[in-house]
Amino acid sequence: MGRYVVRRLLQMIPVFIGSTLLIFLMVNVMGDPIAGLCGDKQCDAATSAQLKKEFGLDKPVWQQYLTYMGHVFTGDFGTAFNGQKVTELMATAFPVTIRLTIVAILIEIVVGITLGVITGLKRGRPVDTSVLLLSLVVISVPTFVTGLLLQLLLGVEWGWIKPSVSTDAGFGELIVPGLVLASVSLAYVTRLTRTSIAENRRSDYVRTAVAKGLPRQRVIVRHLLRNSLIPVVTFIGTDIGALMGGAIVTERIFNIHGVGYQLYQGILRQNTQTVVGFVTVLVLVFLVANLLVDLLYAVLDPRIRYA
Amino acid sequence: MPESQEPEGAIAGTGAGGAMDLAVSEATTLEKGPDGTGPQDRPRSLWSDAWRDLRRNPVFIISALVIVFLVVISLWPSLIASQNPLKCDLSKAQEGSQPGHPFGFDGQGCDVYTRTVYGARTSVTVGVCATLGVAILGSVLGGLAGFFGGFSDSILSRTTDIFFAIPVVLGGLVLLSVVTSSTVWPVIGFMVLLGWPQISRIARGSVITAKQNDYVQAARALGASNSRLLLRHIAPNAVAPVIVVATIALGTYISLEATLSYLGVGLKPPTVSWGIDISAASAYIRNAPHMLLWPAGALAVTVLAFIMLGDAVRDALDPKLR
Repeated sequence: MGRYVVRRLLQMIPVFIGSTLLIFLMVNVMGDPIAGLCGDKQCDAATSAQLKKEFGLDKPVWQQYLTYMGHVFTGDFGTAFNGQKVTELMATAFPVTIRLTIVAILIEIVVGITLGVITGLKRGRPVDTSVLLLSLVVISVPTFVTGLLLQLLLGVEWGWIKPSVSTDAGFGELIVPGLVLASVSLAYVTRLTRTSIAENRRSDYVRTAVAKGLPRQRVIVRHLLRNSLIPVVTFIGTDIGALMGGAIVTERIFNIHGVGYQLYQGILRQNTQTVVGFVTVLVLVFLVANLLVDLLYAVLDPRIRYA
Repeated sequence: MPESQEPEGAIAGTGAGGAMDLAVSEATTLEKGPDGTGPQDRPRSLWSDAWRDLRRNPVFIISALVIVFLVVISLWPSLIASQNPLKCDLSKAQEGSQPGHPFGFDGQGCDVYTRTVYGARTSVTVGVCATLGVAILGSVLGGLAGFFGGFSDSILSRTTDIFFAIPVVLGGLVLLSVVTSSTVWPVIGFMVLLGWPQISRIARGSVITAKQNDYVQAARALGASNSRLLLRHIAPNAVAPVIVVATIALGTYISLEATLSYLGVGLKPPTVSWGIDISAASAYIRNAPHMLLWPAGALAVTVLAFIMLGDAVRDALDPKLR
């Protein structure tokens, strides 16, 4: 187990370097960060050259990357061009997005797996067909349309929720945005669980468990569900990173001041430090979540052993 | 491949459900035999078998009809919409449905019906071009890596890992925020750039499975060259999963284009696109929801059609799932 974790951590290094370098290059393509500093006016050449020197932008890209990463590992994500520390921005933005992601993941797990088990056990029945159809519709309607419609219906027409989330963004306010964020993944989780349950329902160990006279509840939860969850857990694990990055759209609709909001602002204002810093953290979250998923396999399926 | 044969036996032997399914499928084949749908003794290929299945699948027929309709109106939008999508009358802004203008007018006083019809062309172009690009690039890279293995394979696997770690919408925002061109090509280029790893991973896995087959070994023993092995023996047997994933991806690319346009970095006016129209309508959603509902509905139906087509093709090509 220990050796496996070390090997996986070592494998994460090239992926981490590659992704951050890729985003570093993309942000560099994004345009001259100095131009964003002078607002709508053109910077004059002397100021521009001096600012470039000050921020180290006159050096080649690879050197900038190395310097930046060196700083990141000492906990310094640099300063946004408005003078605010990027770490300060993160301290206000990440708790909000983490709460939003937790709500979304919980909805995925509770609603998605429950629906998946029900439809998997009742394959071909009306409840199965209607849930399947509904999941297809949810997948086809883009998240921003779902979000706008729910905001209009629940927030404006019926007045069940506030149309935009306050700056505190407590769990209660985040339920509907979380549902919007989770919607597409929720449909995938339902379909994955359904397929997996329907496949395993015919397996030998389920038949044995039924033959032993175990109560139906126990067969489903302990035998069938536990063995069917592996693909679902993989999906949810990789989804954590995607949800945090994909929160841009949801946060924009409901005016939530989280990671997506900061990234959107950073990109619009060509604030390279903010963008690279936030993306670096998101990449780390994605990689760690994947590692945790791989370790969870052993818990779900005792046959899997890590040497 | 012994693995793929095993589950069939296992399914037949296990619980009542499996036996029932098997009995039903046997009954249907017996029923179809005599009425001349095809001679039983001649072995059918995977493709003709899949086609025979698809023709009987209502989901396939409906989604294929929707897609044919979309392609026709994106080639000749004037067939069903006689007006100019860029001709707008501000005095009619936000007005509802009236004779000659069934979907009403948008915030600029443009006819929503005409714009919705013309928007199909953009979405279909983006979806088809992005999917073709992703499928070609992804399957060539993934296929070669899977076939040759070794160092190039490790490089490709790590590269796909890198791309998977970057959220797509975020990459789109960063890359497309500098683009000033109002054509569809930058958006398509971005989708190909960030989308190929998905297909390459599938193509790689599928080529690795196919190259272990006996007939590939036999062809190799007979002295077939690598290119002949790949093109004649491996590609036809490895392409099915790529087609399925590409069809479903086509729908998601259309949806992604709309999302990027909503965020203000995708397509830009004067291009007529559902994404742009939905984005513009979202500001008026309280007063005139019809401006949002029509293009959004068209978008949803289009994406749904491609996803359902992909689902139907997968069911037909993967007999194990039946």
